[in-house]
Amino acid sequence: MYGGGYVQENENEKKATSAVQDDPIKLEAFEAKISRGEKIEPRDWMPFDYRRQLIRMIEQHAHSEIMGALPEGTWITRAPNFKRKMAIMAKVQDEIGHGQMLYSAAETLGKPREEMINDLLSGKSKYSNVFNYPAKTWADVTVIGFLIDAAAIVNQVINSKGSYGPYCRALERICFEEAFHLKQGHDAFVALATGTKFQREMLQEALNRWWQPIMHFHGPSDKLSVHTERLMRWKVKMASNDDMRQQFLNTYVPKIWELGLTIPDPNMHKNEETKQWEFTEPDWDEFFRVINGDGPCNKERIAVRKWAEEHGRWVREALMNPAEKYSLPYA
Amino acid sequence: MHIISLDPRVSRLDLLDEGSEVTVPQQEGWHTYEVFHQKKTGTQHTHVGIVHAPNPEMALVFAKESFARRGPTSNIWVVKSADVTATSYDDADIFETTPEKLYREASAYKLREKIEKYKLDTHE
Repeated sequence: MYGGGYVQENENEKKATSAVQDDPIKLEAFEAKISRGEKIEPRDWMPFDYRRQLIRMIEQHAHSEIMGALPEGTWITRAPNFKRKMAIMAKVQDEIGHGQMLYSAAETLGKPREEMINDLLSGKSKYSNVFNYPAKTWADVTVIGFLIDAAAIVNQVINSKGSYGPYCRALERICFEEAFHLKQGHDAFVALATGTKFQREMLQEALNRWWQPIMHFHGPSDKLSVHTERLMRWKVKMASNDDMRQQFLNTYVPKIWELGLTIPDPNMHKNEETKQWEFTEPDWDEFFRVINGDGPCNKERIAVRKWAEEHGRWVREALMNPAEKYSLPYA
Repeated sequence: MHIISLDPRVSRLDLLDEGSEVTVPQQEGWHTYEVFHQKKTGTQHTHVGIVHAPNPEMALVFAKESFARRGPTSNIWVVKSADVTATSYDDADIFETTPEKLYREASAYKLREKIEKYKLDTHE
């Protein structure tokens, strides 16, 4: 999991950067390098805004991996059988590992991990909106494992072709492990869909609950979204939110329908002429309300993260060596 | 503060009140180590990523958890990031010595023609 297409941007920071002027000669060489398909590495020269956007994007991706483990971790103790328990434990462990790899990739750009965690705890830095919703039943975990992971893979595969070396390398490793997440999610999904009447109903209800967050996953429609032309040229953003959503719907709506399940949107269909999926526009006001703190689980998620930091402190302190000098990771 | 959560383990926690500040001070997240992974003996160790650890022994433990969860592994090295010495990308031109280095390649040396010609000449 779990990188969404949406990266929260703070208005003040946006104003601050418009004042920064990059060296035009270095900028030209940088852009030429990217257009030749070469990667940028941590100690390369890069425009101020490239660094800032990448830190924000990779950091939010890392937070999403860590926070995403909370709704899923809830169900480890109550998995329906031993095989599912082993699979979800492995998946949750992978997600935490992905978080660690992504924090390190972001840190190569100059922001220490402690600062990123502090920004998460204070609410300054966001994480994928979907994890502010509860996983009410085992079927919810199944929908997350299949469809949220699928949506994230669309995003991650596209981003692994981006321009920043450490992020691409982390994403390649992540996508490899995500293949297992998706398959185990699909397996659990099919098991419920082809199971008893009660299991099918439970799955359909979970799908109904999660459909809107899934439609939110890749971020606001391009019609609402801010101007991203430069980020696309710099290969920070590799596809528009709507393009990623279309790609997701194109692969996964048929996989839901083939099991005789329904999508809680009567307008969902593929326009055979334009080859585009058409649907009822999801409620974007709700999306912004939840991302800004007013979702069903925002408070719980942050409170649990704070608890973990507070209660792990004595271990970190006991082992740390304050005399050591800080140094940026290499690659 | 207590929350009634879907997760009974969370419901049992004594959580901090909303808005309480928790800050992780600099260095508490330790330092970074570069991790090198060898799939099987006889192959090269390859750089695979970074772990945060307080010392090399813990770095090995974390490297195993992060990079050897599946697939074969025969050996792992960790090196503190601060101990790595590297060239600078700004100086990449130091690797451009001469534009043409064919003289360093086996394929640049063609002998057969000369040998065949010698054989013909000596038989005549």
